[in-house]
Amino acid sequence: MTGFEVNGTRVEVGGDPDTPLLTVLRDDLGLVGTRFGCGQGLCGACNVVLDGAVVPSCQTPVWQAEGRSVTTVEGLSADGTPHPVQSAILDRQAAQCGFCISGIVVRAAALLDEEPTADAARVAEALDGNLCRCGAHRRIVDAVLAAREPTA
Amino acid sequence: MTDLAPHVITNPRLGSWVSVAGSGDGALVEVRVGKAELGQGIATTLAQLAADALALSLDRIRMVAPHTGLGPDQGLTAGSLSVLQTGPALAHVGGVVRALAGPTSPVEEYVARIAALDPALDLTTVAPLAPGGAVAVGRSEPRLDLPDKVLGRPRFLADLRPEGLLHGRVLRPPSVGAVLRAVPDGWTLRDGLSLASSGIEAKVMLVRDGSFVGVVGEREADVDRALEQLRADAEWDELDLLPDPDDLPRWLRSGAHEEVPVLEEDGAPGPGPGVVEASYSRPFLAHASIAPSAGLAVWTDGGVHVSSHSQGIHGLRDAIAATLDLDPVTVVVEHVENAGCYGHNAADDAAFDAVLLARAVPGRPVLLRWTRPDELTWGPLAPAMTATLRARLDGGRITGWSHDVWSTGHSARPGYAGHPGLLAGAHLAEPFPLPPSTDPPPAAGGGTTRNAVPAYDVGPRRVVGHRKTDSPLRTSAMRALGAHLNVFAIESFMDELAESAGVDPVAFRLDHLTDPRARHVVAEAARLAGWDDEPPEDTGRGVAYARYKDRGAHCAIVADVEVTDAVVVRRLVVVADVGRVVNPDGARNQLEGGATQATSWTLKERMGFDARRLLGTDWEAYPVLRFSEAPEVTVHLVDSDAPSTGAGEAAQGPTSAAIANAVQRALGVRVRDLPLTHDAVVRAIDAIGG
Ligand code: FES
Ligand code: FES
Repeated sequence: MTGFEVNGTRVEVGGDPDTPLLTVLRDDLGLVGTRFGCGQGLCGACNVVLDGAVVPSCQTPVWQAEGRSVTTVEGLSADGTPHPVQSAILDRQAAQCGFCISGIVVRAAALLDEEPTADAARVAEALDGNLCRCGAHRRIVDAVLAAREPTA
Repeated sequence: MTDLAPHVITNPRLGSWVSVAGSGDGALVEVRVGKAELGQGIATTLAQLAADALALSLDRIRMVAPHTGLGPDQGLTAGSLSVLQTGPALAHVGGVVRALAGPTSPVEEYVARIAALDPALDLTTVAPLAPGGAVAVGRSEPRLDLPDKVLGRPRFLADLRPEGLLHGRVLRPPSVGAVLRAVPDGWTLRDGLSLASSGIEAKVMLVRDGSFVGVVGEREADVDRALEQLRADAEWDELDLLPDPDDLPRWLRSGAHEEVPVLEEDGAPGPGPGVVEASYSRPFLAHASIAPSAGLAVWTDGGVHVSSHSQGIHGLRDAIAATLDLDPVTVVVEHVENAGCYGHNAADDAAFDAVLLARAVPGRPVLLRWTRPDELTWGPLAPAMTATLRARLDGGRITGWSHDVWSTGHSARPGYAGHPGLLAGAHLAEPFPLPPSTDPPPAAGGGTTRNAVPAYDVGPRRVVGHRKTDSPLRTSAMRALGAHLNVFAIESFMDELAESAGVDPVAFRLDHLTDPRARHVVAEAARLAGWDDEPPEDTGRGVAYARYKDRGAHCAIVADVEVTDAVVVRRLVVVADVGRVVNPDGARNQLEGGATQATSWTLKERMGFDARRLLGTDWEAYPVLRFSEAPEVTVHLVDSDAPSTGAGEAAQGPTSAAIANAVQRALGVRVRDLPLTHDAVVRAIDAIGG
């Protein structure tokens, strides 16, 4: 059994401890918001936060989560209020197919936690590990900028 | 009644289009179209058209997914035709509904009367009321599907979790033409996995038919591990079938071709003195959708039910039935969304893989997902293409033009060339081979020759396509089809001719354009981009124009490109005339996305291979544009009352050409072979430097 916290709730899962965290989230815990894009750690669609660090869950064996805390895209709006990055993406219709968006939201939310005043170049650079094939890049960057705390 | 919408004539039953769910205050009118949400936002656009046609507010409408058993057959969701084909049909359906169930207020009573209409009603027998005013149409309504996608709710095909679900994977051959020699005798799984000979019982089951081999099991993790063990142990006979990837233009011009004549006017120039000539090319490209293809199938005594992100569920149904010798009415296909689709990708193939696996475990739903390497290398590729253009110039005017284009085929969709055309069909013990790819018919815009006729007034013209019919690689439709390379070639050549004539590229185009809508988008793009101002240092500015499929959207683009260590596209100014706009922000989003994706094709993309295997198996070997490389894109839509056209395929050709023209103006070198990588630019500089 591997025990860890997901979006604030303690969970225990069985099975092979080498199973990717992504598979456990989607199949055992029903958290399908974290998407499978490549399984190779190269697209960012499966990003989650593990104890404060953004990691590709497809490359994270579940044993690495033991005793730690995981936040998924579902956790960003757990209280029923979308995260500011999510609201800004919806306000600006900053997506096309939306498959890339879960991983982008997770990455961008973590960035704004650490660097609340990140500028466009910094946002784009932080998202370079996330691929978007539909070409929504600039809308997404603009949405992340709009989600920053209003500077007083 | 004249002028009935063609898709109403072919789908005359009211119940195929409209039904009511729920009752009273919460009752919703469900609208089922045959056009699929592919990430382009079409469900929202069509909901706006349906709302106005039915005289309902948007929140009374629920769009339901295409379904072969329940909804209309509208063919493919492709070619930027969804609004053009569906708008008139919905106008008719709504006009009939209002005629029979009106008055339209109070709304609860109106909806209740719609609910009472006979679903079997023949829509062609009732005179529709004239359309009312545009309320929802013309507004930037937010996308109906985005909240689920942004908040991480289940929405995509791979998110389906029906009772009793099994997971499936297929082991694709390592190369084109490879034949499975053996899964070694007594082959068995290792490391705690065991093989079930029949039934599942928490094990993994092997499914084999000829060179088609797959695994099915309860747990996705087990199935993934089983696939890797199978991959390591399977033995294949492989062949060296692939051409030299560095000499594709010559390969495209060699071997067997089918001629595609387009125009042959007296006096068009051949090679010779006084004739300007240049050749252009692009390599094979991958669709490279951000999600691997998937399919869900359940096989029962009564037939097979398939969930697929296909662009054409009816064609897929018929192809599945033909390959497995089933009665098509026993095959039901419904559309479920997946990541963005840019043409004929592996969706249909994945659906059929799911059917083959489900057939081995009757009664259990099987969710099949492709791997990332298979998605990049086993989905149909976009064709490699090359073109040679010739023109005569006389005192600043073009007085003759010829365009020869060579390409592999742009269609291998289910049913093409009279074959089912499903990938796994070619690997079965009794195979259904995949014949050479073909082209859509000229009436559908053609493939190899799409947009090969210049929009300009150029004197006598000769335009010919040469479709290569002996390619080992399966190619099919990707956004814009042949228009991408043909427009890249024409618009690069226009700049070369303008330079020979000593005329500014914008002025040169205007000198040769008569259509006022065309002239307007070119002039407007130049004005908005500050064409006459000096661009920033190290920056070149290039222009290009095309009218997609000669009858679709007009689009002009000005690119600002900085060339230092790499080619960096700073800004694209896009001006488009897409006719009457149903959803302005949606149209802008499509144009932005199209231009950004085409920037990726132009700067980075090329499927690599050796004599045997495709090498672009991951995002490092097949790189696409990243966030910090994405240009600023501004889109201006022209006010227009012309019929609505799609916006998603208008920008690709102009984007590539505008970038190449900007590189030329920044560096003084012309790069005629895509992609415009750093190396390609250096080679071009070396070539002129000698
Ligand atoms: S799915 Fe994990 S990085 Fe692509
Ligand atoms: S919106 Fe489709 S991949 Fe980003």
